[in-house]
Amino acid sequence: MIGKWFKKKKVHDDLPYFWQNYASSFEEKLPEKISEVRFVVFDTETTGFDFEEDRILSIGAVRIENKSIEISDSFEVFLDQDRFNPDTVKIHGIIQNEKFEKISELGALKKFLNYIQNSVLVAHHAGFDIKMINKALSRNGLPKLKNKVLDTAVLYRKTRIITNFIDRDKVYSLDEIAEAYNIDLIDRHTASGDAYITALVFMKLLSRLKGHGPNLKDLLKIRK
Amino acid sequence: MKNSVAVRIADFLSHFPPFSLLDQDQLELIAGEVKVMYFEQGKMIFAKDEKVHDYFYIVQKGAVDLQKMGENEDPETIDKCDEGDVFGLRPLFAKENYQLNAIADEESVVYAIPLEIFKPYAISNPNVGNFLMESFASNARNPYSEEYRGKLIADEEDISLNKKEALFELQPIPIIKKMVTVAPNTCIQKAATLMSKKRVGSVIVVEDKKPVGIVTDVDIRELVATGRVPISGMISEVMNSPVICYSKGLTIAQAQLTMMKHNINHICITKDGTPNTKVKGIVSEHDIIVSQGNNPAVLMKAINRAGSTKKLKKIRNKINILLNGYLRSNIPLSHISNIVFELNDATIKRTIQRCIEKIDQPTPVKFAWMSLGSQGRKEQLLNTDQDNALVFEDVPEEKLEETRAYFLKLATKVTKRLNIIGYEFCPAEMMARNPKYCLSLSEWKEQFSDWVTTSGNDEILLCQIFFDFDISYGDVRLTNSLSDHIFDILKGNRNFLNRLAAQALRNPSPLGFFRQFLVEQDGEKKDLFDIKKRGIMPLTDAARLLILEHRVKNISNTSERFEKLAQLEPNNKEIYQACAYSSRALIKFRTKQGLKHKDNGRFINLEDLSKEDKIKLKRCFKTIKEIQELIKVRFEATYYL
Repeated sequence: MIGKWFKKKKVHDDLPYFWQNYASSFEEKLPEKISEVRFVVFDTETTGFDFEEDRILSIGAVRIENKSIEISDSFEVFLDQDRFNPDTVKIHGIIQNEKFEKISELGALKKFLNYIQNSVLVAHHAGFDIKMINKALSRNGLPKLKNKVLDTAVLYRKTRIITNFIDRDKVYSLDEIAEAYNIDLIDRHTASGDAYITALVFMKLLSRLKGHGPNLKDLLKIRK
Repeated sequence: MKNSVAVRIADFLSHFPPFSLLDQDQLELIAGEVKVMYFEQGKMIFAKDEKVHDYFYIVQKGAVDLQKMGENEDPETIDKCDEGDVFGLRPLFAKENYQLNAIADEESVVYAIPLEIFKPYAISNPNVGNFLMESFASNARNPYSEEYRGKLIADEEDISLNKKEALFELQPIPIIKKMVTVAPNTCIQKAATLMSKKRVGSVIVVEDKKPVGIVTDVDIRELVATGRVPISGMISEVMNSPVICYSKGLTIAQAQLTMMKHNINHICITKDGTPNTKVKGIVSEHDIIVSQGNNPAVLMKAINRAGSTKKLKKIRNKINILLNGYLRSNIPLSHISNIVFELNDATIKRTIQRCIEKIDQPTPVKFAWMSLGSQGRKEQLLNTDQDNALVFEDVPEEKLEETRAYFLKLATKVTKRLNIIGYEFCPAEMMARNPKYCLSLSEWKEQFSDWVTTSGNDEILLCQIFFDFDISYGDVRLTNSLSDHIFDILKGNRNFLNRLAAQALRNPSPLGFFRQFLVEQDGEKKDLFDIKKRGIMPLTDAARLLILEHRVKNISNTSERFEKLAQLEPNNKEIYQACAYSSRALIKFRTKQGLKHKDNGRFINLEDLSKEDKIKLKRCFKTIKEIQELIKVRFEATYYL
């Protein structure tokens, strides 16, 4: 154990302890069976879509284990950012100086890494959220996320039947999928609300994708 | 810091007892500890004799069956929990194991409430405690549900499940609390309009909230329609007075006696049982019949009165129970499918009607809603996908898109609600909300001509789906005109029929060379037998082809088509009759499988079948082989396309 820790320390010598702790969780192999895997479904609300300019305003996440979500174990942080974009306020409703308890970007990242550990990350259009977080990590002098990632938009497309009668390249929004799966859209556009909806979608997807195999690696193989 | 997902869960809980008896802070505290669980259809939440969990449960979405094990280990559903119903309370009171099975009747999301968190409230809040005690004592779940639903849902009957027949007559009477009342000086026409709008058969005439008279459909017919009292007269001129009143505790037996004695079919319920106190509700003879259980006429009435999609969904669940009962008592399938078809059809009609009212804008022109595929063929017994299309009257060019936009909006609403009720979206988007299948009459005609003349594989497939349409709502002239058009374009088009024939043969008889079953070779359903693709579809395709050849209109049901063919071709009578029989047998088989496994019954595990069933199935497949031989010879079709 101590030996392992020293080995890690050599690689990330200059990095803070919380990163080393996060990185060392990856020494543990992920379980094979989907029912044993810990998934973290998350969503970010940002000031916009520019990876350089825009900033994360909040991160919400829930953990899924064996098709269940423990609400007490969910994650939600609001970030204190200098940048402010009035255009996106109407989407997520987070305004500057609102009375949410806000923490620094570094503080939020620290909490988030601590929460996710080596879980498999799940998000709708995951590429965007992952890149936003990686940009934030790099601003704070940290390496990129090490987790495996699943995208519900890609998985959903895989559940559509193969036929010439529908456009198979269509990109599905979270709203459209939620409607198809009969999930109520109440807290849309808060990070935790969206994470929760995405989690319900993800659990429904898992049962519809059973045909692809019982193991995590089958799920990770699903690409466009 | 509030957890926003917990707030959302607390909000859901606050609508249902026992949680509705708690305050917001307590709810949020409990919600913060909830476990959100997802169950696939048919998955067990807990089983009889299993050790009790640390949770009890409330259904958030979907439905959960509570089952008792019958004598021959045949599970019998004794109660059905849907949205907001609490179950699995046993661990709150006893440490012993569960007595029932709880199994997801459809894909469900269930909130698990940790006992440790909840128990203090059950002890400290007497209302909560009482509620739980009563729920538990009633063995099922929710003692308030009957009354509670009655309060929430206006003027409609409650259809209860499996009441104990023996005790039936001693049960308290079902009371309709949202009765329609009018003042004595109300004009007759106004009162009648109100009755018709609320779809009720009687109004109580009140003065000071006290009943002074009652007017029923019969009175209006006898006194007004005959001209004895003018329609502009006052309601007090036609009312029956005094009113027979009782107080709330009336049993069914008492009510029946009273009705017989006074030769009436309505009893008014007042606070103290005399006409001198406030009206509390009304009991009708009809309601008594209704409360005796499920019967199609009652379900039909409930559908036509349903004021919400949720209510329609509940009725839909009851249709499944009815279906199960029919199959158990071996009622002929043709009869069952007619009833279920009518109920499905009424559900669709009611949904469309409600959506039109909701849009708050009159339909711009006449239209017809067409059900395709199995519902169109009256073969849809279980909940399957919705396939539908819409045709509207021709409009001037410049109005076309505007008109289409209206109908697309309507179709989007309708399909969404049907999905909630339990008819899943068509995975191939063959639905009226798709602009491709929401067309004007001439566009549809053009579309059909196009499919018939192009007839590539996709087009043939579309023809197979769209040729089996049945009007569900709207103007029948539009759909008739479409049928006529189809027969016009098929006239003398032997080439098209030959291609249709080739397509009908694409799934050969499902028996292999050694008379073994052909099962799926790979994929998720490996080693399962696909009864739809290999059994039902070949017969459906064959029937459609042959009936088109004979140019017979307006029969879309497969077995009815074969019966008709037997009349038309006496020399092939035997084989057609065998086909008609097989078609019914296979659908029955699928339906039974579906009800047993709580799915669409399409894939069958051969190991589950008894020897007898296997022989029955093989006999059906022999018929498929014979009809395919006939088609092969008649249409010069080959397997190659």
